[in-house]
Order: sequence, then C-alpha cells, then structure tokens
Amino acid sequence: MLSFNVDDGYLEGIVRGYRAALLSSNQYLNLTQCESLEDLKLQLSATDYGNFLANEPPPVTTAVLLEKLTDRLVADFEYLRSNAVGPLAKFLEYLTYSYMIDNVILIITGTLHERDAAELLDKCHPLGFFDSMAALTVATTVQDLYQTVLVDTPLGPYFKNCLSSHDLDELNIEIIRSTLYKAYLEDFYRFCTTELDDVTAEVMKSILEFEADRRVINITINSFGTELSKDDRSKLYPTCGLLYPDGVMRLARVDDEDAVKGVIESYANYRVLFDTSEHKTLEDRFFEREVALNKLSYMSQFQYGIFYAFLKLKEQEIRNIVWIAECIAQNQRDRIGNYVNIF
Amino acid sequence: MQYYKSLATNPAALLSYTSAVVTVIALYLLFTGYGEAFNVGYYLLAISPYMWASIGIGLAIGLSVVGAAWGIFAVGVSILGAGVRVPRITTKNLVSIIFCEAVAIYGIIVAIVFSAKLGNVSPLTFTASHYYTGYSLFWSGLTVGLCNIACGLTVGLTGSSTALADAHDAALFVKVLVIGIFGSVIGMFGLIVALLQTGKAAEFGA
Repeated sequence: MLSFNVDDGYLEGIVRGYRAALLSSNQYLNLTQCESLEDLKLQLSATDYGNFLANEPPPVTTAVLLEKLTDRLVADFEYLRSNAVGPLAKFLEYLTYSYMIDNVILIITGTLHERDAAELLDKCHPLGFFDSMAALTVATTVQDLYQTVLVDTPLGPYFKNCLSSHDLDELNIEIIRSTLYKAYLEDFYRFCTTELDDVTAEVMKSILEFEADRRVINITINSFGTELSKDDRSKLYPTCGLLYPDGVMRLARVDDEDAVKGVIESYANYRVLFDTSEHKTLEDRFFEREVALNKLSYMSQFQYGIFYAFLKLKEQEIRNIVWIAECIAQNQRDRIGNYVNIF
Repeated sequence: MQYYKSLATNPAALLSYTSAVVTVIALYLLFTGYGEAFNVGYYLLAISPYMWASIGIGLAIGLSVVGAAWGIFAVGVSILGAGVRVPRITTKNLVSIIFCEAVAIYGIIVAIVFSAKLGNVSPLTFTASHYYTGYSLFWSGLTVGLCNIACGLTVGLTGSSTALADAHDAALFVKVLVIGIFGSVIGMFGLIVALLQTGKAAEFGA
C-alpha cells in the first residue's frame, strides 16, 4: 500500500475512469427503448463510447457493433498493458491467457473441420494473440502441436496433463480445453495468493473461487448424457474453489440436475443460483453473481483486482449491448430486459 | 568456505554468530578485571554536543521532507490517473498536495528554530547545559522527523483516495478531504512536542 502508487497509481486512476464510463441502468433503459439500430448508435454516442461507429457504412448490423465494441475493449486493455511494469504487467498477462486458450481451441477445431486458416485467425480474440498462432493450423496430434508451437508460449506448462490424449476429436477437444483452463485457473490462483500483496490476494481469492465453482457446476451439468466418465469428469474440476474437496467429490457422482441442486443446497452462498423464480436461468444467475463480485473489488484501493474486474465488467457490458441490439434487430422485444445490470 | 558463505546470506545466522562473539569478548573483559574498559558513559560524554545537535537538526528537516515527498508523489500520481477522464478534479485536489507540503514546512520551522541555538564554544569548556542542549536538539529533531513521516504518508495516501473519490462523485470531495485534514494534525503534534522538548534548552555560547 505504501509504495503501490509508485508503479501502479497512474493505471489505477485510469482503470477507475474506465469503470466510471460503464453504462448505468438508466442508460440501458434508454437503449431498450430504441426503435432501430440507428437509434441505438445515437444513444451510444451520448455515452463514453462517443462516435465509435461513425466511420461504419450504414446500415449498422449487430456483427459490426460487436466488433467495434470489442475493439474499444481491446484498445483500453492494451493501453493498460503497455503502461504496466513489474507485478502488474505479469498480472495483466495472466488475464490474457484465458483468451489464448480459447484461440488455440478455436484454431484446432477449425482446422479439424478444414476451415480456411486466414478465416480462423480472423475469428480469434485479439487479446489472446501470441506470435506463433498461425503455426497452429498444421495441427495433427497434441504432441505435435505441443512440440512445435505451444511449448514456447506461456500456455506451455498448462499442457502437462493433456499430452496423453491421442486423437483430436470433438469430445477430446473439449476435454483439452477444460484441462487447460483448470491448469490456468489454479496457476492464476496460486500467483494471486502467493506472489502478490494481501489486499489483491483477498479480492482475487473470492473472485477466482467463484470462477472455479462455476466451472465445476457447468462441467457437471454439461457432462450429463455425454460419454464422459465420472472419473474423467472429476479430473476436470478446478481445485481452487469453495466446493473443493467435499462438494467436488459429491458432484463427481451425481447423474442429474436435481442431484446437483441437492449438493449445492448445503453451500449458503450458492443456494440462490438454483432459484428459478423471475425467469432467470442458471447462466443468468452466474453472470449476476460475477458482476456483484467484480463490483465489490472497486471498494478497496491499492490492489490489482480492479484490473481483472474492469475486463470482466466491460465484457458483460458488451454482452448486454449486443443482446439489446439483437432483440431490437429481430424485433423480439419481450425478452429485451434479460441483460445483467451493472450499476 | 561453505560455512562463511552461508553466514553472508542468512541474516539470522550472522546475527547469532556476531552476538556470540561479542558476548565472549565482554565476558573475557569482565572476568579478567578489565570490566571498567567498557565505559558507555565515557563514550557518550566524549561525543561533542555539537554532533548531537547538528544530527538532530539534520533529522528534523531530512525526515520531514521524506514524509512530505512520499505523500506528494502518492497524491500526484492518483490525480494524474483520475484526471485523464475527469479533468475537473486536477485543480481542486491540489489542496491535498498543499497539506503534504505543510509537513515539510513544519520540519523547516523546527530546523531553523534549532539552528538558532547553535553557537561557538570551546570544547574544553563544555558544561552540563551544553550537553543538555545537544541531547534535547537530537531527540526533538528525531521526534518531529518521525512524526512528519507518518503525517506525510497519512495525508498522501488519503489524498490519493480523495482524488479517486472526487473523480467518481464530486459530492464526496469535501467529505473524504476531512480525513486528510485530521491526518495533517499529526504533524502539528510532532512540531509542538519538539518545541516543548527544546523549550528549556539554553543556547550554545552562553
């Protein structure tokens, strides 16, 4: 705390400025009342986004909107990353690893289905770019991939547990994705709790524990009706959450969603996730809780949690705006209110 | 060789080794009748009161300025960062920097008042009053210096929070600034105590 401002005080001020620019519930209400996407563009120009769609040829589509919103997010994040030094630079790098994992899986899947390499690279998330990404398009087996490309990337250490899988088919690729993400989450948790200061550790701990538990519940529910054995399923569960070890052990043995609900009943914080009143699905409840935890991180000063929270809250805002835009474009206004309010 | 290398890297081992050596030497002197050679009092009296007084003055201004500078950089960086999106906060929040500067001013007041007590005395005629002045200037200087480090830090870190709170919501500025104002009183306490400590110290050269 005493020397936090030396290296990171400026970026903290910048990130708090970004956070203040996030849309409020009033602004979302204004967006829901727009008649067309042109109206939406006008409403957005009155916010901090300004004239970001000004150079686009009309008519504005939701795909273009999503692309421009993501570009703004990437520009903001890259500004932070280029000005960061020391532990903050490493922390921001960790944030990009989840996008790298998504990109790697996207390219492998696309190559398997024989899509064009340039088209695949276009679809990748800009925050997850690494130099040798184009070389992934010559993927055959995981060992090959690893030895030629991935061993030099920051994702190298996360491949330890999936080098044993042989063929790259649909199920296996999902298992590879989950194994990579598990390794990344546990490594990030270890980094935040051991190598950074206490305040960051406290803030990131609650956020990452929820993320781990969310993965556990999602993997469990998504594995019903697939060929994934219970042993394989329990190997994919991240161990840094509140559900570890007994919740995880019980969830490894369940067979349907009611049983999952039964296991989660004993965890007071997560009971509300399965509350199906107000037409909210489990996904909605997960997003709501994630937004609440990320908002809470801004209550402490002199810690790095606000950078992680900014990234996630901005992504949620992009999801909200695109949802509203899609509802307007397809003229299905009955579910337009299904976004997660941030402020 | 390994043993000496490990001593260099492990501070706890070095400390225990050194204290063992010192204890052995002390006990040797004690048991062979040279216990009186370890004369702390003679050593203290042999140090000129000019030395104590001057170090005190140096600590007064030096440590106060460290506190003030620490505070100023903490506030300044937050004002810069938050001022990118909300430029209106940049002028108002200079008041936090002024409070930090006041801490350095306390230090310089004390240093000037103390240096007025220095004068010209021949070392052969040091009296108890000269020693008293020397010691009280040293400890007062240390008092005001340490108090001002604490004060500068307090005002600086709360000033940083003030800038960020103001950028978020202009109504919060005065409320959070009050915290910093209470913090600046700590430096005032140090100043008052230091002046009280040296109140009875006579000038050198009397």
